[in-house]
Amino acid sequence: MTTHINFLDLSVYYGSHKAVDEVTMNIQKNEIFGIVGPANSGKTTLLKTINRTLDLITGTRTTGEVSIDGTNVRNIGNVNHLRRRIGMVFPLPVGLPLTVYENVAYAPRRAGIHDKETLDELVEQCLKQAVLWDEVKDRLDTLGTKLSGGQQQRLTLARALAHQPEILCLDEFSIAIDPVTTMKIEDILVQLKEKMTIVLVTNLTQQARRLAGHVAFLNASQLVEWGETEKMFSNPEKEITGRYLNGDFG
Amino acid sequence: MATKKTSFRGLGAKFLDGAEPLIRILIYASGWSAIIFVAAIFYFIFQEAWPILPRVNWGDFFFTNDWVPVPAEGNEATYGAKSMMYGTFAVTIFSMIIAVPLGLGAAIYISEFATGKVKETFKILIELLAAIPSIVWGFIGLVVLNPIIQSVFGVPVGVNLLNGSIVVAFMAVPLIVSISEDALRAVPDSYREAALALGASKWEIVYRVLFPAAKNGLLAACMLGVGRAVGETMAVLMATGNGMVIPENFANPAILLDKVRTLTATIVSELPDSVHGGDHYRMLFVIGIVLLIFSVVINVTSDIIVKGIKGDQKNA
Amino acid sequence: MERRKVLVEGIAKKVMLVAALCLIVPVLAIIAYIFYKASPVLGLDYLWGVPEGGGTGGGIWPPLIGTFFLVLVSLCICAPIGIMAGIYLNEYAPDNWFTRIINMAVTSLAGVPSIVHALFGVGAFVLTFGMGESLLAASCTIAVMTIPVLITSTREALSAVPMAFRQACWNMGATKWQTIRTIVLPNSISGILTGVILEVSRAAGETAPILFTGAAASIPFMADSLGDKLMPYFLGDKFMALSYHLKVVADKLNDVPEAMKYGTAAVLIGLIFILNSFSIVLRMYLRSRKKW
Repeated sequence: MTTHINFLDLSVYYGSHKAVDEVTMNIQKNEIFGIVGPANSGKTTLLKTINRTLDLITGTRTTGEVSIDGTNVRNIGNVNHLRRRIGMVFPLPVGLPLTVYENVAYAPRRAGIHDKETLDELVEQCLKQAVLWDEVKDRLDTLGTKLSGGQQQRLTLARALAHQPEILCLDEFSIAIDPVTTMKIEDILVQLKEKMTIVLVTNLTQQARRLAGHVAFLNASQLVEWGETEKMFSNPEKEITGRYLNGDFG
Repeated sequence: MATKKTSFRGLGAKFLDGAEPLIRILIYASGWSAIIFVAAIFYFIFQEAWPILPRVNWGDFFFTNDWVPVPAEGNEATYGAKSMMYGTFAVTIFSMIIAVPLGLGAAIYISEFATGKVKETFKILIELLAAIPSIVWGFIGLVVLNPIIQSVFGVPVGVNLLNGSIVVAFMAVPLIVSISEDALRAVPDSYREAALALGASKWEIVYRVLFPAAKNGLLAACMLGVGRAVGETMAVLMATGNGMVIPENFANPAILLDKVRTLTATIVSELPDSVHGGDHYRMLFVIGIVLLIFSVVINVTSDIIVKGIKGDQKNA
Repeated sequence: MERRKVLVEGIAKKVMLVAALCLIVPVLAIIAYIFYKASPVLGLDYLWGVPEGGGTGGGIWPPLIGTFFLVLVSLCICAPIGIMAGIYLNEYAPDNWFTRIINMAVTSLAGVPSIVHALFGVGAFVLTFGMGESLLAASCTIAVMTIPVLITSTREALSAVPMAFRQACWNMGATKWQTIRTIVLPNSISGILTGVILEVSRAAGETAPILFTGAAASIPFMADSLGDKLMPYFLGDKFMALSYHLKVVADKLNDVPEAMKYGTAAVLIGLIFILNSFSIVLRMYLRSRKKW
């Protein structure tokens, strides 16, 4: 196993508020890495440091570093290339005001793929991976914004997969999706990890337990501890970790 | 890999994306253009006025009445702009006496009392009112109001201070209404609800809660109205009679029926007759400088009053 | 509520209503009166005809087409700059003092009196840039004057597009410009168009800025061929404009038949109201079919 993403003494400030406090951990290639923790513990901020979308928010400051394959993301000249290597799915589903087809084809087009057949294939494949294909295959030309919340959520997943990222970051992707569909997507995630590294931020500790190889527990901006999933759940070093993961906290 | 069939759209996209650095330069340049335009306006107006600036007798300019650019044989030309400043001042004051109460009243009605279709209709009508060009107002003053004022007051000429003030009032009022309405709308609904819960009537809310909370915005609205009135040109030219008169007794209401002449009207009516590059021509640009500086001061001040020095909308 | 309160409330409400009505009703009445007085001449002959006897007879085609060209040229100059400036302020401008100064410049530019714009036009375009009194110089002057309208409405239209759309695009590695081109502009184009229409309406009505920069009271008009009639002015020519024509006929108190004067005013008002109504309808249509 090789390290894919490495956080080293990473801190993030929003103004004077410290949203992430000196986090150091590393994520292996081709694993599912779970990040759990109560609301406002800095999980989402952590994801935003990976593709540097945090830079777009005024008033933020970071110290320490995030590196991918040993390269500090700060030193990557073309930030858009960096972002294309990473798929992001955020909890608020945002269908772009384009057709379902164009939503999924958006990133490939920006990367310069304009060939119709390639795009058709890609769109179908990504929508299938997001378990959305059956619901929308007959109406690929409706607006993405007109889909239901759960469908839009899966649309964002399909969109994130469409530029064939090497890292997939999921931030509470199942929040608006029914349990059956969630299970299907979880199965697909297990298949996908052969091809990419998946960072899974979730509120559902059992979901992390089912899927993740390693789990990190964040609380109040701090990384409490991280390690192999089974050890974290059965024999954590800190008492608070055990309480949170087993559901009698918060 | 499938055969490459790059669509036309694809080519267009490629071209547009490839041009991003160029487009970004254009966007930045355009973004800064407003500053360039304002600077250019200052530069070119000063350029035309420049040669005469060291020779302007500012004391005479501001405090004497004799504006004689083309004097009789053997006399010196004199440039005393006091009577025009009086004209501008008088038109501004009287038009604001009409426009401010009407404008604030209408803004309060539209923002706080009117609902649904009525509100919509009023807003659209005010917008149309704002669109009526200056020259049409001048026409209304000269052709429509003129005979009305003649017959009501029994005077031989109906283009005068009163006529000009009415016309300018109607021109300034849409601005006052829309800025005041913005200011009132910016007051959070929670203020209204809190006052309502205490048993205040709508009118009490207006003068006890909304006026204090929106006072900056309302003040700015009135200032911008003043700015509009001072800068108004074609309408005052046509509706005020364009004659230099300084009344002896300012307390006499009959001054309303006298002709006046404003700074703006002076420039319009004299520029065609002035010799290009001559003193008279340059003095008209000096008047332009006075108007320009006044308008920028008014606009920047009211902008700061509404948005604060840093530009956040919160204390509107 | 006590009775006095109810009474005061009722009176206050009526007073406010009267204030609002005082603004609207007289103006509507005057406009109706102008159209009534203009009705004898209003017709195709009047719009298509050429002035005769110094505006005492004939029609208003030359000033009408002149205004059209003035608006067209000024729009070509200020639309690209104004729209891009709006894009800059909403999408690119950082939140700092420099942007604050740009914003102040935009408000100042909007507040500069039209006669000062006229002086600027004379000093800059007519004299320094050597355009002379011409359609081009007048259009440039009008363009500088009306550009704040476009900047403000473009910025408003863009800011109505939710931030989340932009973030979604950035997350997929789209550049700022790609995001603007593919998502932001397509969803704000009608709002920008509203701004363009407002600019056109402003430009069509302005008089002071064109007086000394290219508008002429009267120009001999060759109406031999249709081509001459549709394309009478070139960029370097002086031209007639509807707004200036209105001033000319209004000043000739007794020579010009009443209906001719009112006719010019009615056409100008009609033109501007049609343009503004168009933008209002567009805005309402827009509100009724949001994509999100």
